Amino acid sequence: MALAALLASAVGLQILRERQPPLTSGQDQLLYVRSPEAMKRLALSYDSLLADVYWIRAIQHYGDTKRSTGADKSYGLLYPLLDLTTSLDPRFNAAYQFGAIFLAEQPPAGPGQPAQAVALLEKGIKAQPDNWRLLQALGFIHYWWYEDYPTAARWFAEAARQPEAPVWMAPLAAVTLAQGGNRNASRQMWRSIAENERDEWFRLEALRRLQQLDALDQMDALRRGLGDYRSRTGRPAVRWEDLIGARFLRGVPLDPLGLPYRLVDGDVALDAQSRLLPLPNPATLR
Amino acid sequence: MPAVARVAVNVFRESVRDKVLYNLVAFAVLLMAASYLIGQLTAGQDVKIIKDLGLAAIATFGLLIAIFIGIGLVWKEVERRSIYSILSKPVSRAQFVVGKYLGLVLTLSVNVIVMSAAWYLVLAYMATTVGEATAATATDPAMLKAVALIFVELMLVTALALFFSTFSSPFLSAGLTMGLWVAGHFNEDLRNFQSVVDSTAAAWLARGLYYLLPNFAAFDVKYQVVHGLPVPASYLASTALYGAVYITLLLVASVAVFSRRDFK
Repeated sequence: MALAALLASAVGLQILRERQPPLTSGQDQLLYVRSPEAMKRLALSYDSLLADVYWIRAIQHYGDTKRSTGADKSYGLLYPLLDLTTSLDPRFNAAYQFGAIFLAEQPPAGPGQPAQAVALLEKGIKAQPDNWRLLQALGFIHYWWYEDYPTAARWFAEAARQPEAPVWMAPLAAVTLAQGGNRNASRQMWRSIAENERDEWFRLEALRRLQQLDALDQMDALRRGLGDYRSRTGRPAVRWEDLIGARFLRGVPLDPLGLPYRLVDGDVALDAQSRLLPLPNPATLR
Repeated sequence: MPAVARVAVNVFRESVRDKVLYNLVAFAVLLMAASYLIGQLTAGQDVKIIKDLGLAAIATFGLLIAIFIGIGLVWKEVERRSIYSILSKPVSRAQFVVGKYLGLVLTLSVNVIVMSAAWYLVLAYMATTVGEATAATATDPAMLKAVALIFVELMLVTALALFFSTFSSPFLSAGLTMGLWVAGHFNEDLRNFQSVVDSTAAAWLARGLYYLLPNFAAFDVKYQVVHGLPVPASYLASTALYGAVYITLLLVASVAVFSRRDFK
């Protein structure tokens, strides 16, 4: 009875403590050991398990930072955590693949560090030179973030040469080389992944990229409609209702996720809450 | 029943009485809780992490049992003075030491077998919740190679703890056993010591320690089995043989030390 009362008191106090404002710790970005070599020594025979721990920390760091609304949003620990993870377990393929995507993602959705993504993937390729997925991922970084299509095509071709590479890898390399920067080539690349990827997260990510490309197409069509409206009426549209009234549109246009497009200063934009943001550069992805 | 077997069975019964096997419950709860929580946290890496966690937990639980029960195997009998009544029976000192060792090995084997079975059950359940490619390797029987070498490693740790317990206090025995276990994981560094020091003597000393100290790192193939990398039968056999020779050496040394002790 006394034990139950004490336990209930402890739980009650904990609930009360939770309501108090947290103390300022300033230790959110703390990583005690940053040296992969030192950590490998300290791990004894638990290197794989420690790699898992650092992987979970990397995901939490990325997720928490991405969700945070503070002004001091920093992904500073992401690369060190991924570096530790992959040093402790050099075959932790998810850490290379997801990590590269996280690192390359532009702010505020990520740190916008494609160079770190390339470094991480090159580290993985050094450990597993015949891993076509890592070669393909490196090609993506060059394709998507650097818009360096010849380099991307070279990595796709390298991936296609690996024994376990899927059949669509070689055509992808050829299309990238011939039509790099072309929206259709990009669509073909993401569609191949969406249809063939085993990992659910990557598959959904490929679908999101396809939706981004659809949004770019839709925004181009809307811009053409805005231009036609201006030519016909001699004044720019300020609301979608102007285009609807002139029978250019049947209703407020929606993006591929169902959110209404915004009309800002005569131009089309995605809703600020859209998960499709940031869009790839439409100037280079024709 | 031979004297060695009687002593061994007695050690096993005592460990059951001391609730040592309760760690199996802790292991099962740890794995089941982790399999649920990790699924929410790890972006599709839950099966790999449960493989890592299971193998690490089997090794750690076993290591704690091997050290903390091993160091008390002989010391406790001497401290309680029950050694007098045991040795007054038709049990030689060698039979007593070997029986104690085999009893703890029996306890460890029950632990390792039950933990491995629970681990495979959790993995089999998880295989039903993941994609086809991951499910195909979730319960790969080749992972038992790592379990087998963990068991040999635990037998070696037990032999070390028993050896120290024949002549020193439990605290010192635990420290020495744990120290050797840690040093045994730095074996590769000892072998390559000449690359970080200029002194030839220091390099030779390190090389000597490399051959002399038990190489515990050799028993660790967890990484290989989790990633489906090959662990040749020749590697398993040579490592197991290395462990067996070292264990025999330690048991002979334990018997020799214990035989010289004066209990009068």
